[in-house]
Amino acid sequence: MFDKILIANRGEIACRVIKTARKMGVKTVAVYSDADKNALHVEMADEAVHIGKPASAKSYLRADRIIRACKKTKAQAVHPGYGFLSENKDFQLALKKAGIAFIGPNSKAIEAMGDKITSKKLAGKAGVPTVPGHMGIIKDTDEAVKIAKEIGYPVMLKASAGGGGKGMRVAYNNAEAREGFERATSEAKSSFGDDRVFIEKFVEQPRHIEIQILADSHGHCIYVGERECSIQRRHQKVIEEAPSPFIDEKTRKAMGKQAVAMAKAVDYVSAGTVEFIVDAKRNFYFLEMNTRLQVEHPVTELITGLDLVEWMIRVADGEKLTVKQSDVKLNGWAMESRIYAEDPYRNFLPSTGRLVSYRLPEESKHVRVDTGVYEGGEISMFYDPMVAKLCTWGKTRKQAIAHMRDALDHYYIRGISHNIPFLASVMSKKRFVDGKLTTNFIAEEYPDGFSDKDLPADDPVPLIAVAALIHRAYSARAGQISGSLKGHEIRLSNHWVVDIAGKQRAVKISDANCASGSVKIGRRKITVESDWTYGEPLFNGTVGGDSVCVQVDRNGIGYRLSHNGAHVEATVYTARDAELAKLMPHKIPPDMSRFLLSPMPGLLVAVEVTVGQEVKAGETLAIVEAMKMENVLKAERDGTVKVIPEEAGASLAVDQVIMEFE
Amino acid sequence: MSAIVQKLEEKRAEARIGGGQRRIDAQHKKGKLTARERIDVLFDEGSFEEWDMFVEHRSVDFGMAEQRVPGDGVITGYGTVNGRPMFVFSQDFTVFGGSLSESHAKKILKVMEKAMQVGAPVIGLNDSGGARIQEGVASLAGYADVFLQNVMASGVVPQISMVMGPCAGGAVYSPAMTDFIFMVKDSSYMYVTGPDVVKTVTHEVVTHEELGGAMTHASKSGVADGVFENDVEALIQLRRLLDFFPLNNKEKPPVIPTTDPADRDDFSLDTLVPENPNKPYDMKELITKMVDEGDFFEIAEHFAKNMIIGFARMEGQPVGIVANQPMVLAGCLDIESSRKAARFVRFCDCFSIPLLTLVDVPGFMPGVDQEYGGIIKHGAKLLFAFAEATVPKITLITRKAYGGAYDVMNSKHIRGDINFAWPTAEIAVMGAKGAVEIIFRQDIGDPKKIEARTKEYEENFANPFRAANLGFIDDVIKPHGTRRRICNALAMLRTKDVRNPWKKHGNIPL
Repeated sequence: MFDKILIANRGEIACRVIKTARKMGVKTVAVYSDADKNALHVEMADEAVHIGKPASAKSYLRADRIIRACKKTKAQAVHPGYGFLSENKDFQLALKKAGIAFIGPNSKAIEAMGDKITSKKLAGKAGVPTVPGHMGIIKDTDEAVKIAKEIGYPVMLKASAGGGGKGMRVAYNNAEAREGFERATSEAKSSFGDDRVFIEKFVEQPRHIEIQILADSHGHCIYVGERECSIQRRHQKVIEEAPSPFIDEKTRKAMGKQAVAMAKAVDYVSAGTVEFIVDAKRNFYFLEMNTRLQVEHPVTELITGLDLVEWMIRVADGEKLTVKQSDVKLNGWAMESRIYAEDPYRNFLPSTGRLVSYRLPEESKHVRVDTGVYEGGEISMFYDPMVAKLCTWGKTRKQAIAHMRDALDHYYIRGISHNIPFLASVMSKKRFVDGKLTTNFIAEEYPDGFSDKDLPADDPVPLIAVAALIHRAYSARAGQISGSLKGHEIRLSNHWVVDIAGKQRAVKISDANCASGSVKIGRRKITVESDWTYGEPLFNGTVGGDSVCVQVDRNGIGYRLSHNGAHVEATVYTARDAELAKLMPHKIPPDMSRFLLSPMPGLLVAVEVTVGQEVKAGETLAIVEAMKMENVLKAERDGTVKVIPEEAGASLAVDQVIMEFE
Repeated sequence: MSAIVQKLEEKRAEARIGGGQRRIDAQHKKGKLTARERIDVLFDEGSFEEWDMFVEHRSVDFGMAEQRVPGDGVITGYGTVNGRPMFVFSQDFTVFGGSLSESHAKKILKVMEKAMQVGAPVIGLNDSGGARIQEGVASLAGYADVFLQNVMASGVVPQISMVMGPCAGGAVYSPAMTDFIFMVKDSSYMYVTGPDVVKTVTHEVVTHEELGGAMTHASKSGVADGVFENDVEALIQLRRLLDFFPLNNKEKPPVIPTTDPADRDDFSLDTLVPENPNKPYDMKELITKMVDEGDFFEIAEHFAKNMIIGFARMEGQPVGIVANQPMVLAGCLDIESSRKAARFVRFCDCFSIPLLTLVDVPGFMPGVDQEYGGIIKHGAKLLFAFAEATVPKITLITRKAYGGAYDVMNSKHIRGDINFAWPTAEIAVMGAKGAVEIIFRQDIGDPKKIEARTKEYEENFANPFRAANLGFIDDVIKPHGTRRRICNALAMLRTKDVRNPWKKHGNIPL
């Protein structure tokens, strides 16, 4: 076995590989850029080597520096993780030349699978079905109709240079194929200056399902079940699970066999993934093969008990894969939620900055957290905004979802925006719970983006009970202040009123002991048990017998409670104060529609309009750069520019006014 | 007997209804509570003891003889806040617009005198149209009597003003004399002269809100130490604030038990100060992570944001926090921030509240405005206040402590009891670049030499060791252990007894 390996990656995957290596008694070397000097993977590894500037091209993509780091530390092998150099054949060859093992497949497999056309051809040879289509260029409308008929309707007409839905048409018959071809061609021309269009089978209600394979260098290859990754946002996976709620044993076996055939066709070694698109009738078509460890590999590990990274390391060292196909048993259900540093309420814009608070749910048989960051760490603008993967395991899919909802409630992140509200929302959608997934799930369920409306309508009673008990506890404690007049100490009433968004609910508390007690709300009497204490951000306990975790942040005279992805502002009053609070004016927050606000912290690159200019809805107003991305800010309605307080070149805070309209 | 009891009840009912239901409704319509309702929120339930309910004015001019309302536009008495006694006067806008008559003033004076005798805070809930014009100079005399009593009480018992309606003309000077002024958004305003007079005299057109609204005073003038959304919130927050204050200047500040361990480490503080010295960070994160339960009651948060002041607890004991905020103007000292902090330091010193100073200051703000505005004297206020204070004084330098500002920010030299520094501290006359350009002026043309010199200067001074070497820093501490070290220091200092030489009073550079 290797004495020491180097992990040519960062973030959670580097940490995850280090964990397995440590378990195996293999020493680890981390590499890091300037931006990652204090990163978790650097701290976890036995040694760490600096490899350059923050930009990936100047550090994590520098094969020469990584090889130098191997030589310097005498690392015998490199685990590439995913992304960066993981599917780079030149890197693999360079390592080979330097006499360093690559923990992954050979360069042949990487090269063959790295090219879409080659891989599809290989699939054809190996007898693996691909989405039927015509890759060649189509002369005219008649030919288009002819090809469409051959493939069989429905078909998709796609611009060669396409993207973003432009130049794409679905046709269910000859007439639609005719019209669609003409439209797609002209759209392709106007959008991309390239009118080439190709035709392929349109897969209805597509699901993204992939097969994990493991192969050794002695010709032994097995498939380790499937993962369903249909919950994607703009081709970015968000939630994955294993097994798929859609696949039956027969299909699983068929897909597995195809995947193994695919792997054998390229003499595959190590862990790999064969991705399929599956239609509503369980027809599956080969999409591509990922010649690396996938982000979502933990769900497979959770239901098979295998450590994929361990096998990658063993196989790379020439060991035989001792797991037989018949040994692979799928046990229970696993879910993975990717925790992204992004703001779901602002169209998922990446969020960067300091992780002021970061507390993970406790790991157990049911919960696994692969994290690459820590409290006090920095989310930098240079890399992927995924900060962690939260995985849960249950005997059934329903249980895995329940554990996920609970684990999301325990995940406490402050300082940056994160997608936990969105994840909680998906977990609570009936369609998700029913397993009716397609790759269009997010587009269809959130047609206008994500907002509070997408959060489950929680039973407010448990939160009311929690707020009432917390407030009573603080009030009781305040009464213990030194210097109070003997015999004149405050006598707390049992009657309180909880106000949420102006709606008041009277409650009666009995048998209170700090945060535990009984709360009577209307006719319901709820018993709450919790060991919560003053200042704790997590209220853990049982409410009416159900185990509940509510995140509590004090906010002025009230509390901000977060649960199930939703936030509730609750204020608890004495009966008299509640009566008087009703007299208070309801203040409408100032109308900010007259302002263009910076959606994120960034640099004001350009201001495209001038003071006094009339602008039309949709017109570009300004460009803000953040995360190396230029974000074009457009007018939401017609108006006249009144004030532009900032000039190009200014750094902007989130919500800073860029311009004001009349 | 029953007849007289009935009369008492009638009189009480008459007093309770004040200016009548119509005016009470009008008050509510403006989003304001009545004077009595406010007292209900402020005090523990059922604890209010009212005085002088039957006092009426003695004016007979302008038909006032026929207009009498028992209580005369102000409700006075005492009650408890979490069981501790406090005095209150709450002006009743429904009675003669809350205007101040001779009798009205006498009622206020009565509670203030008793408050000083028993040693309990005075809370003023201001909602008054101003002087009772019908009474002429008698009303003005009433104001002046209150002003005098405010001055006498200053430093003896805490005095807090909550401005919850108009407060104009001479009336402003009673709140102005108290320790804190809070205001309620959209329903309170304070000014010496109103928009009409302003327009006649200076031709400036301005609204009540712009001229003297809550946000104006909280962010522009600094007159208000805080703003609240509405009356209920304001009074509940006031209860929280009062929990930090001793009842008088002879008492120790009140303790509230906590479950937050004194030795709680917070490793995320180890990465709070960025490696790039020009990058800001939020000092409030240090404050909330260090104090009990993360609970910080900030004062004047909208004014001079480059300086943070406020109250918190450590091991249940109140502390007054003064901190530079690197997020705003790099945390420099300027006129406004010096004034803001100086007054706060003096309040804490008056009432035995230990001071905790967090330093990241690049110096004083340069500029013509600053010099013309008298930064010399304003900065001196803060220096004077810190130097004069005899309460326990702890300082922690997190990063920059440059130049005169280092001396001012409760340095060892002005009697800091315990002065800590984080390893990231840089205690020097100025930043390395500036220093090198002065010391090695002859090398300015040679960037290589300058770079080498800068490095040399940084190595010598961009750390806390030179200051620690001289004993100006008692210890260099790791950020994660800050809470523990400060709790220990505060515990040790609880019996501190230092007295300034006898004098009538010092002469702070006002």
